[in-house]
Amino acid sequence: MPAEDRRKERLDRGIKARTEGLYAISSWREITYLLAPRAALVLGLLIAPAVVPGLYWQRVLGLAGVYALLAISFDFLAERVGLVCIGGAFMIGVGGYISGVLNYYFHLPLALTIPVGTFGGALICTLLWLPCLPLRGIYFAVVTFMFPFLAGSIILAGGLFRGTEGLSPIAGFPNIWVGVYLIIVLVLFAVFALRRLCGEDIGLVFAGIKDNDQAVLASAINITRVKVYALFIATVIGCFAGTFVAHFSGFVGLSLFAIDFTIMPIAACVMGGPGTIAGPAVGAFMLSPLSELLRGFGQLRVVLYCLVLVGFILYKPEGLLNWATRRYHQFEHWVKL
Amino acid sequence: MKQMDDGNEAIIKIRNIRKSFGGIMAVKDLSFDLFEGEVLGVIGPNGAGKTTIANIISGFLKPDFGDVFFRGKKLTGLPPYRVAELGVTRTFQVVRPYPSLKTYKSLIVPLWSPRARRFAGSRGGDRDAVAIDLLEEVGFERDAYVPYKLASALPLGYLKRLELARCLALRPEVIICDEVLSGLSMSEIASLIPLVERLHIKRVTLLMIEHRLRELFSVADRVIVVDFGTKIAEGVPEQVMEDERVKRAYLGEEVDL
Amino acid sequence: MDLFVYADVLLYGVVNGMTFFLMAVGFSFVYGISRLPNFAHGALYVVTGFITWSFMNNMGLPFWLSIAISLIIVSLAGMAIYQFVMIRVRGMPISEIIVSFAIALAILEGLRLQGIGGFKGFIGPGYVLPPFVDGVVSTPWVMIDIHRLLIIAVGLLILGFMWLFTRYHRIGLALKAMAQHERAALMLGINSDRMANFALAIGSGLAGIAAVAIMPLGNVNVESGYSVLTHAIAVCVIGGLGSWGGTLLAALTIGLATTVMSAFGGTMWNNVLVFGLIIFILIVRPSGLLGKQKELEERV
Repeated sequence: MPAEDRRKERLDRGIKARTEGLYAISSWREITYLLAPRAALVLGLLIAPAVVPGLYWQRVLGLAGVYALLAISFDFLAERVGLVCIGGAFMIGVGGYISGVLNYYFHLPLALTIPVGTFGGALICTLLWLPCLPLRGIYFAVVTFMFPFLAGSIILAGGLFRGTEGLSPIAGFPNIWVGVYLIIVLVLFAVFALRRLCGEDIGLVFAGIKDNDQAVLASAINITRVKVYALFIATVIGCFAGTFVAHFSGFVGLSLFAIDFTIMPIAACVMGGPGTIAGPAVGAFMLSPLSELLRGFGQLRVVLYCLVLVGFILYKPEGLLNWATRRYHQFEHWVKL
Repeated sequence: MKQMDDGNEAIIKIRNIRKSFGGIMAVKDLSFDLFEGEVLGVIGPNGAGKTTIANIISGFLKPDFGDVFFRGKKLTGLPPYRVAELGVTRTFQVVRPYPSLKTYKSLIVPLWSPRARRFAGSRGGDRDAVAIDLLEEVGFERDAYVPYKLASALPLGYLKRLELARCLALRPEVIICDEVLSGLSMSEIASLIPLVERLHIKRVTLLMIEHRLRELFSVADRVIVVDFGTKIAEGVPEQVMEDERVKRAYLGEEVDL
Repeated sequence: MDLFVYADVLLYGVVNGMTFFLMAVGFSFVYGISRLPNFAHGALYVVTGFITWSFMNNMGLPFWLSIAISLIIVSLAGMAIYQFVMIRVRGMPISEIIVSFAIALAILEGLRLQGIGGFKGFIGPGYVLPPFVDGVVSTPWVMIDIHRLLIIAVGLLILGFMWLFTRYHRIGLALKAMAQHERAALMLGINSDRMANFALAIGSGLAGIAAVAIMPLGNVNVESGYSVLTHAIAVCVIGGLGSWGGTLLAALTIGLATTVMSAFGGTMWNNVLVFGLIIFILIVRPSGLLGKQKELEERV
């Protein structure tokens, strides 16, 4: 058939329609259909640290978990609340420095530094970004993008926290398993909790702000306050990733404000499927091992993943997870016009 | 013809508001009162400053000069969400739906607001059901699939009603309707008029900014006419239409009603 | 502190401001016209430096010819970026930023690639462009090299040229129409894609001019690509996107402020000052010092 005489038709699978309502629990087939993708994600991530060869790859997984958390946080803010916050490195830096300083100077244990770093850091990030919340779109993005540079240059200029040398050693996790499983469990928790949150009433208000903030204002809702809630949730996730990096690498320094922590999560989000929350996490767990594999190629690695990123945005803007979801729920065939 | 109750205190007082954009005076020393329970029509030619009035009352614009009072409380200077929280709600002339939400879900947003939750009491938990009720009240067919469609898939007539439903979700005392009838077909208008009358009976105060004179005059108690940002006439519809200045400014020489 | 120091600081401040202006003018032009945030700006800047250097040192072309060829190449590169990539994501701000930044990263890191086809990568301090004119002007109170004075001249020339171009040239007017109301411009028969192509080409050319003007003051290195981008954004944001006067004002302000800072405080605090200023301006006046996009201030 010549191309212009045909088109692709997509139809929902019968089982998809059945599992939307109460039918979902009518048989094991339906339940399996619903649970299989979720179970695959959970089991895959839980098994991964045990099957990868050696310590090096376990560390890579831990770092992938950090990128996954940042990607989730970015995706939640950008696609579910409409705040394009590209200051991932700032959250990492603030979280990391807080727990690093507490551990290095005051010798506090991990059980204390991590929660303080996470929630204290989130509080600081939220308060610092609070004045920027009325800004829209690219302006909010540019301001948040500048924050890691500002923080980095202040630390550099003032020679704070031993300046360029950084703080080392920072107490690490008792062993690698604790670290890796801590972050994997938290990634899974964040994915499911945020997806749930977005379906709740406040999640609808978030979506409303993204779609049309004026209408939300006219609905007697203080949008700045609601955005603060969302920002706090996202920065808690990001700052936890920061404290994790500090303890996982045993070092706190200017590298925490590195642009990698901003770029990689965005790349993971674009690749995994913007707006799905699970997609960015999956994307991060695919992209960061991939970039480790390419480490031998030096700078070619960066070039390659930039090209991957551009390719995805141009040719598959929906991302992997959205594509996979469609294939899972629908079948396609060619029909004659 | 319905007469307004003279003993009523004005629920909204507008005093000498003035607003200019660049060099253009959109509203110029405008004052009028809105009485409790009445339907007040605001008419005027295109560009007369009608929507600016709605924006100023609802807090979306700050006037350069002058004040708006609601039950004696100053509204000017309050952010829009505070104005809405006091019970002065508005619709938008250019409808503002949430394209990614299902229609009934988009009413969860106002129902989640502190004002709506205060009224909701024990039913607060089941916002979906309240949302469907509200949609039925503004004329969505309950059993049809319409409330479950994405808001972006609805035709204009439904979106205008959705605007009204958003106001109703807040249990408003005043609704500022910014051209809810314009752009609709005759049958859609015909089905909205009873809704306005029902609200009138419930003694919700309505400020209707409108182009559709015939329909407006069938529900309005009182009409004010604005042109170039100033009030040129005020009174019951028939009387206003006899005014020479109104004829000249707004309707031209021939009046065909 | 004697008066001479102040004169010195003032003059160097103005030169510094003009370099900021040159860095920003291309970015500002592209964003002002086509609303495309061209994050590849810094990369194009660096590319110009390296290809000019290569033409001169590897192929032995004369200085001015190398500059002319590189400017043409860079303009074409800018066009290509629009034609093959940006055109597909227009109107999606996040994608525009990500894509153009990814291109920038690919180009900049690509310049550092080593060992592919005998390519050694542009690493190290050996890459230096010569100044337009060698020599130093020295008066009793100030000493300054001629190249720095020429930077001021180039800056003013570009400003004048752009001013005339957007007021009297057909394409310039078309570009201005696009910036003001794209749909109306489309209805008047202005091809918006072609105009955006032009804008990208001119913007990239301006980045190239900035490169050949500024780089002789230091050496050609990849890192400057990132700093040029951040400084360009800084100047544009502070001055107000799409406003020539604002861009110039912001560039001079930042230039003077950083020079004063270096003279009396320490170079270390320069970046703190610049980033702090951006954040402060964005929060207080999102449309920038002289920006006309008032809708950004509709901060409800």
